[in-house]
Amino acid sequence: MDELIVLGNIGMYTNPESAAQYKQHGGYQGLPKALSMSPGDVVEEVKKSGLRGRGGAGFPTGLKWSFTLPLKGEKYVLCNADEGEPGTFKDRVLMEGDPHKVIEGIIIAGYAVGAQKGYIYIRGEYCRSIEMVSRAVEGARKKGYLGENILGTEFSFNIEVKTGAGSYICGEETAMIESLEGKRGNPRVRPPYPGVQGLWRNPSVVNNVETLANIPSIIVKGADWFKSIGTRKSTGTKIFCVSGKVENPGYYELPMTVTLRELIFDYCGGIKHKKKFKAALVGGAAAGAFLGEDNLDVQLNFEDLAENNGCLGSGAVLVLDEEVRIVDVLKNIMEFFVHESCGLCTPCRVGNVRILDILNQLKEGNGTAHDYQRILKIAKVMNKTCLCPLGQSPFVPLSTAARWVI
Amino acid sequence: MNEKNFPVQENERIRKVLKEFEPEKENIISILHLIQDSQKSNYISEEALRAVADFLGITTSEAYGVISFYTMFSETPRGKYLIRVCTSAPCYVMGSDTVIGSLKKILGINIGETTRDNLFTLELSSCLGICDVAPAMMINDEVYGNLTHKKIEEIIEGMHHG
Repeated sequence: MDELIVLGNIGMYTNPESAAQYKQHGGYQGLPKALSMSPGDVVEEVKKSGLRGRGGAGFPTGLKWSFTLPLKGEKYVLCNADEGEPGTFKDRVLMEGDPHKVIEGIIIAGYAVGAQKGYIYIRGEYCRSIEMVSRAVEGARKKGYLGENILGTEFSFNIEVKTGAGSYICGEETAMIESLEGKRGNPRVRPPYPGVQGLWRNPSVVNNVETLANIPSIIVKGADWFKSIGTRKSTGTKIFCVSGKVENPGYYELPMTVTLRELIFDYCGGIKHKKKFKAALVGGAAAGAFLGEDNLDVQLNFEDLAENNGCLGSGAVLVLDEEVRIVDVLKNIMEFFVHESCGLCTPCRVGNVRILDILNQLKEGNGTAHDYQRILKIAKVMNKTCLCPLGQSPFVPLSTAARWVI
Repeated sequence: MNEKNFPVQENERIRKVLKEFEPEKENIISILHLIQDSQKSNYISEEALRAVADFLGITTSEAYGVISFYTMFSETPRGKYLIRVCTSAPCYVMGSDTVIGSLKKILGINIGETTRDNLFTLELSSCLGICDVAPAMMINDEVYGNLTHKKIEEIIEGMHHG
């Protein structure tokens, strides 16, 4: 049995929102230990662990924290729970199944960077997550894990739960910050990055739910233990969300040495109805990359996927069998991007619509390889010029799908 | 319901929601959610929007900008049950088109429409994060997965009696 770092307690509680039950199962051990260390040492430990962001970008977490630590004044920890990348549902599982683990991670992050307050921004559609996390925050406050002088120390910290209202772009960190401020979720120009100027222009560390859920174990068991799992550049485990044409879709927490073949055929029971594998959309069922049969033995981690024109992204894996037409999936993806583009920057607002137009012609059989080259050209320009990852993303699925379309 | 009394009741409900908040702009999304949920027709009326803008000290157009940005907010009245069918890629490959077809047939309405009895409104949604049970949909706060025509019929039937 592989070691579970973040999902270990899922299904172990009668009341996942209970702080006492989380404690019984080994929870709230990282916090007192972190509070006995200096903030700088906590940041150093996370840095040493090699933990990288689990939301999509894979930025080293400890490094991110180290930018905010020395800054003065009001600071925040923003937990990004606006899980909207299609095919991704790991943060929901964590928030509904082990909310205190996420909360403990946020409190430790707050202590490490010297923040006074944390926000959890949960997408509006996640009704149950909002309910569970809100109750858990209340429970943590009652037990003294939140509030003034936490566990008898000088450290005071609070958490507020905020919700979105239906917008994919608000999962982008600066759009999320705009939304937290009560505005339309248009992304900001970066730099300055949120770590320096975030919520209300104050330094704000933005971390994904799964990233933060890794923190308590790193503090309790140490960076060396964490580093012993996975690969040198992709330490620890990752939750893979598998959907589509497999026998057992679901979420699987595995070390990042697992291959695509093992994930699909060993863990998910293979292709549904014994059909043939065609491709998998890995890293996100919109912003991910198509991997084919020749990529089945690629290990699902940051560096190996990058070498194969892919990306680990959110860890979503959409499996497609021989009967799925890739051009149909591309059209679906482009409809998604057209709908979700905030319209702020021109290449994204116009480019997505143009690509969808051309794809529609291709889908009807009225296109040529030349037309697909035009699509890729537009997507490339968007990739180079758009403000935020939304406009930069379509190039990834479009370019990796080319072999099935042209 | 007495039509004449409706605006009074609506004002009352809006006032009740606003009382729970500080007049800070950061609260606008939470306020709009609660106001929308408190309305029988599941939407934010122009009067409600003006009241929120006044309360927060922002212009109505700024408040409208927020409503129009987020897909969960509606400016038009909707049914008691809001059906949101996920159309993102995982649900799409597992048959969301069939789900939409079934719902259109069972309810006799198109996407964006409300049934004559004001019970159901049919909408589409981006990924709802329940991809392991695709194809899926939400009705109000509840999620429903592994949908088939028969299952959808049963769910809708149950709501007619609910």
